[in-house]
Amino acid sequence: MAIGSVATRGRVARRSWKQSAVGSWITTVDHKRIGIMYMYTAFVFFLFGGIEALLVRTQLATPNNKFLSPEAYDQVFTMHATTMIFLFVMPMWTGFGNYLVPLMIGARDMAFPRINQLGYWLFAFGGLLLTVSFLFGAAPNAGWFSYAPLTEATSACLQNPLATDQAATLQAATQAAQGLQGCFSPGLNMDFWIAGINLLGISSITGGINFIVTILRMRAPGLTINRMPLFSWMIMVMSFLLVFAMPSLTVASFLLLFDRHLGTHFYQAGAGGDPLLWQHLFWSFGHPEVYILILPAFGMISEILPVFSGKPIFGYTFVAWSGVAIGFLSFTVWAHHMFAVGLPPIAQAFFASSTTLIAIPTAVKIFNWVGTLYGGHIRFTASMLFALGFIVMFLIGGLNGVAVAVVPVDYQLTDTYFVVSHIHYVLFGGAVMGLFAGMFYWFPKFSGRMLDETLGKIQFWLFIIGLNLAFFPMHIMGLLGMPRRQYTYAPNLGWDQLNLISTIGAFILGVGVIVFIVNGIKTLGFMRADAPGDPWDAFTLEWATTSPPPAENFATIPVERSRRTLWDIKHPEDPEWRREH
Amino acid sequence: MGIARSLPFLYAVGWFHSRRYTAALIAVRLIRALTVHFCSAQEVEDLLMPFRSRLTRWGAISVVALAVAGLLAGCGENSPSTLDPAGPIADKEAGLFWLILVVATVVFVAVTGALIYMMIRFRARPDGPPARQIGGKQSLEIFLAAVPTVVLFIVLFATISTMFALAQPSDPKTLTVKVIGHQWWWEFQYPTQKIVTADELYIPVNTTVHIELYSDNVIHSFWVPQLGGKTDVIPGHNNTMWLKATTPGDYRGLCTEFCGTQHAHMDFLVRAVSGATFQSWVNQSQRTAAAPTTPAQTQGQKLFMRSCIGCHLINGVDQASKSQVGPNLTHFGSRTLIAGWVVDNNSANLKAWIHDAQAIKPGSDMPAFTNLSDSDLDALVAYLQSLQ
Repeated sequence: MAIGSVATRGRVARRSWKQSAVGSWITTVDHKRIGIMYMYTAFVFFLFGGIEALLVRTQLATPNNKFLSPEAYDQVFTMHATTMIFLFVMPMWTGFGNYLVPLMIGARDMAFPRINQLGYWLFAFGGLLLTVSFLFGAAPNAGWFSYAPLTEATSACLQNPLATDQAATLQAATQAAQGLQGCFSPGLNMDFWIAGINLLGISSITGGINFIVTILRMRAPGLTINRMPLFSWMIMVMSFLLVFAMPSLTVASFLLLFDRHLGTHFYQAGAGGDPLLWQHLFWSFGHPEVYILILPAFGMISEILPVFSGKPIFGYTFVAWSGVAIGFLSFTVWAHHMFAVGLPPIAQAFFASSTTLIAIPTAVKIFNWVGTLYGGHIRFTASMLFALGFIVMFLIGGLNGVAVAVVPVDYQLTDTYFVVSHIHYVLFGGAVMGLFAGMFYWFPKFSGRMLDETLGKIQFWLFIIGLNLAFFPMHIMGLLGMPRRQYTYAPNLGWDQLNLISTIGAFILGVGVIVFIVNGIKTLGFMRADAPGDPWDAFTLEWATTSPPPAENFATIPVERSRRTLWDIKHPEDPEWRREH
Repeated sequence: MGIARSLPFLYAVGWFHSRRYTAALIAVRLIRALTVHFCSAQEVEDLLMPFRSRLTRWGAISVVALAVAGLLAGCGENSPSTLDPAGPIADKEAGLFWLILVVATVVFVAVTGALIYMMIRFRARPDGPPARQIGGKQSLEIFLAAVPTVVLFIVLFATISTMFALAQPSDPKTLTVKVIGHQWWWEFQYPTQKIVTADELYIPVNTTVHIELYSDNVIHSFWVPQLGGKTDVIPGHNNTMWLKATTPGDYRGLCTEFCGTQHAHMDFLVRAVSGATFQSWVNQSQRTAAAPTTPAQTQGQKLFMRSCIGCHLINGVDQASKSQVGPNLTHFGSRTLIAGWVVDNNSANLKAWIHDAQAIKPGSDMPAFTNLSDSDLDALVAYLQSLQ
């Protein structure tokens, strides 16, 4: 007895830290755990980005407001976009994809579990690096697009980050002020941005490669690519975009790094470089990036609408291949961000045409989603409400996108609040609404617990009201001539009330997020983990296992005979495979 | 009064009570309720008057969206509104915007209408039929892909034809202005007239103005919403654009490319005046600076020579200094704004500006002169304001 317990204690003492609660998460290579870590971390950054948004809106609530200094405002608005894009939406999709793609395609894990783990930690530390820049008073401050030459410095004028010597700092600042050739960002701000963005870039590329290999090589028997769930389709397209678009940003930011620290002049006009080189490199990453942010939401909506309508998606092939078409075309439209830079008309006509082309598959998707409801048996769950809200809000984002694709109108509206409205209808009305549709839908699978539907519906209405109050007036601000990225504005230009309404809307959105946090705490902290494996009467493979799924996901790898394996099991009298050819 | 203003839904209630109102009328009344804080109801009524008689239900709804944007655009009188054009370029661009708005509204109403119809028609009911397992119909899908394709190509045609029409002015250029973007103010040079000024751009109406855009620092963007779209001002790319005002007036211009700390305070004023007024402005501006006439102004000029000459030039005062760091102040007293319109130009604002510019426009190149005594500041202000 005594000997036995000593021996037990001995084993406990020798137990590796890797088996402890924290250690097991730090060292995990399991796709589900990595997925959950991605989602938690991304959600924390979402809160950071949200606070930054509220700071921006508070500053702009009234004209000539002194709430934030111009220096602080520039850091906050830059970090709002950087955080939301690189630290929230992108890793959130990677998190969902990590958790769901292997389950959906009947695999036991991602193709490269250790690379997967590396990707997560690069993201976590890259995000940390970007965020701690605030503690140095040197957060990136030139916009998420970081246009050269505003981001330029030369080694002669760089502030030494280790120097506490006031005189040296002052001297550097004075040199910068005197317009020393190409020295506009002598602080650490842009160096934080370059370092953080490149860590995140490597993380994204590893994630992208991992998804591509997993999806192309590890599907369950019978799950042909033409039967694959549309969410997996869109994650695959997103992954190809990551792999081919991120390098352009890496190159651009390394050239900037060389300019700043090694004395090159890639972006310096006075020395034979060209500031427009930055814009071409940046937007040839930046526009595919927009689709990286939205395609997984398309995929989620294409899963959720059919389930809550009780029927297959309308036009599976069209939805899947329009995603592929968007992926290819997204590499041909970058200069529509640059209609005001003075490109020759013929080049602008080319990019106007390619932009017109990319709108077609997007429109097709919207028709298919609406068509999915036809003949359905629609259940209005919180998830479904977010999905339906997504369609309408994204539709607005698509239509005001058409307005800025019309080149002469874009001459007027580019770099005004109209564009801010457009991107927020696409990214909040689209990506974030899609994300919460997915969150309410898959949360039982992740946790074994059902989120509170009533709180979810309250959050939905707060989001719909808040986002329209916050972002619709921005259309009008832009038409009334209000430029973006201004830390303040003069009164009586017709912008005052619109800005106030927008700020009120932003705070309503903040309340909506708090409702979600309450919902999450309530569900995770006080509810029993008794969610069934298939709470929604769904169709795809991830619902064929327990909630949450066991390690290795499936006892035996399932064999698929159609796009809706679970439907076939539940309805043997009317199986899907009979309708497929 | 209070009730009528504060309860917009009264109009809707009234409509449900008496079915006499057409959809158009309710639209008018709803807009009036919604926009009462922005402009007077009369404006709303006037704008919608021509539509009132022959609107169908759907037409009325599209007009609501149209009118809300239009009204809000028209009613802020000082707005540099793109929808309140004062020249042919802005006019064409605004026309195209209205076209897009109509197309977008029709699409939005059609798609959202279909969505809402299906949500109601196919909502789950206990006694309802089971969902029909239909996965699409190829002919319908092709049709649905063809519709946006046709619409978008019509829009593309309008886009490209307007774009090429705007690329070159139809009449020969008659005035050339060099515009130089600084951090953070605009310099205007008239090479033929040999005038250098800042913050205020005088142009004659009904004249094509050819504009050359230069920057030796970061990228800016030159925009006068009421006269036309913007063009970026990029170091090494000497972009050009043209403008034409048909209505005399003052139009606000803005920098629309983020250019650093004081991007918000890089506005300017375009003054479109008659040909004769422009000519007299040219004559006035070509003169060297007015000599001081009062003791205060004389004292101010002395202070200027001591404190300001390092950065600012006043033609005729010190020909040796050719510094370009700050704006040319030869006719400063005639300008209505200071330093990228951070404040209007009056003696009190100017005094505060010279005393501590960093408090008013933090980060700008203008240093604070807190060492100047109150009387010195007054003298300097008196001198600068005398430079008509």
